[in-house]
Amino acid sequence: MFSVKTIPPESTQSFSDDIPSTHRKHQAELDAMDLDEDEFGAGPSKRNIVTPGEVITSSKEYMRGHGTYVEETNVVSSVTGTIERVNKLISVKPVRSKYVPEVGDLVIGRIVDVGAQRWRVDANGRQDAVLMLSSVNLPGGVQRRKIESDALKMREFLAEGDLLVAEVQAFFGDGAMSLHTRSLKYGKLRNGQLLTVPAQLIRRLKSHFHHIPPPCGPTGVDVILGLNGYIWVSNGTSQEKREGGEGFDSEGVYSDKNDDISPEGRQAISSISNLIKLLAQEGIPLTDTLIEECYNWIINQNQIPSGPLSQEDQERMLAEIVGIDVTAY
Amino acid sequence: MSSSRIEILNDGGLRHDARRPYELRSTSFQLNTHPTAEGSATVTQGLTTIQVSIFGPREPRQRSNASHDRAIISVEVGVVPWAQGGGGKRVRGDKRLQEIGASIRQTFEPVIMTHLYPRSEISINVQVLSADGGILPTSINATTLALISAGISMLDYVTSISIGLHLTQPLLDLSQIEEQDLPNLIVASLPTSSKITLAQMETRLHVDRFEEMLNLGIEACKVLKDEMENIIKQKTEKIVERMNVRSITTTSGNGMLVD
Repeated sequence: MFSVKTIPPESTQSFSDDIPSTHRKHQAELDAMDLDEDEFGAGPSKRNIVTPGEVITSSKEYMRGHGTYVEETNVVSSVTGTIERVNKLISVKPVRSKYVPEVGDLVIGRIVDVGAQRWRVDANGRQDAVLMLSSVNLPGGVQRRKIESDALKMREFLAEGDLLVAEVQAFFGDGAMSLHTRSLKYGKLRNGQLLTVPAQLIRRLKSHFHHIPPPCGPTGVDVILGLNGYIWVSNGTSQEKREGGEGFDSEGVYSDKNDDISPEGRQAISSISNLIKLLAQEGIPLTDTLIEECYNWIINQNQIPSGPLSQEDQERMLAEIVGIDVTAY
Repeated sequence: MSSSRIEILNDGGLRHDARRPYELRSTSFQLNTHPTAEGSATVTQGLTTIQVSIFGPREPRQRSNASHDRAIISVEVGVVPWAQGGGGKRVRGDKRLQEIGASIRQTFEPVIMTHLYPRSEISINVQVLSADGGILPTSINATTLALISAGISMLDYVTSISIGLHLTQPLLDLSQIEEQDLPNLIVASLPTSSKITLAQMETRLHVDRFEEMLNLGIEACKVLKDEMENIIKQKTEKIVERMNVRSITTTSGNGMLVD
């Protein structure tokens, strides 16, 4: 349907030899661009990967977006990544960068400071995030009013070092994010382990809460994929104990005590963690289905997953499930 | 130069390690050598190996240092105890190391687009793993790679090299022995525009020779940049390929279901 046409530098060079006018040369490039949607998009061309200082195009015809700057009359890349073009807007998407939050993102964070009416949360962003006392659900129900004594008891709800899952509510003027936990899905985390992966590996999905059902540990394993690159792998909660279910304990949401986790449950948590670490190490974007497929692959190998996979098993799994050959690199 | 016990340039025009005057030492660039840093790189030039890790942009460790409209850059330089055979022991906070740290900070401050990261800190951690001359130029090269791999916006690459002068002959990329014996100049430049962000000299030099050495340094910086760019592009292609691997899986997954 479409053809990927690229202009190698040599051909442009020879063209400009024939016609010395720089304007004509640029016009020729422009025409090619209009014909071909993919000149700056996907394709086998190396042209779509740029590094800092590399001239992308003329600033007379295009607007600069993120990851670029204008020098003289050129749009120049300021990061390493792929060129993206929306009509006249050229931006460069960096292949690796700090997490850039957006409103509505699900993030996992750690309390670093308790202040006046607010907590400061490390959410792997450029600055610490803020969780206001007015943006949390306190024990006693959603409709409960916050009174002065709640402000004095803030450390009882969330103390320094506690982990929580929250949603980005808004941004402050300086770009710091404001979080909220006004949903029964959000709140303090326990019964599990935290993993840190590069934030780009986590895509925006329909749901970031994922439950891997019981053959994986006695109660299954819950995985929360935070968009900021933090992942929480915890002991699974049964259906009726989840939010909205019969056995949901709204009083216990700020509990510091871990439940009793059976050895099988612990093993399931660590094998899922090992899987995620392996996928992240190979730079493969993480999704719930991918994690589950990989876990099922291990189960089908008829071996008890204790500890990380052996080198050969890793290679085989990545080749069969993900379709990449790690030995080639 | 009469105090020198080694021959800087022999009759055949070779240096003490059998290099020609304009020849660089064998150079290797490795990316992402630190497991938890946002970006990191290890650069080896001859027998000098330096690892740089970038942390941030993140909340400043000391909030009083924060600037409301741009990121602050902090540099820490450390030398592992076994980096230099015997001789001068360097501890953290050593004057000499602080000076290297300050040079690195001054080199990168105009190049990193700090206004994009207000109220945050970019922390550059330099570890000298083995030292044989050219600590500052190698650190600057490694920092450039680490910043690029951390995805921090910069105007351009910054590459750096040391240039020495033996009689009237400029020499590129000095080793420790040459560095001790020769008047030398350290240049860091933006290769695309040939702008200079650092020119540092601690010894005396005849003014007539300076321009020649500076131009030579800028040329050498361009050569280093091309090498770096090759490595970066190669790595980036791999990462991009891996990031797109999922879409391939979904199609093959469907195929398997049909079977």
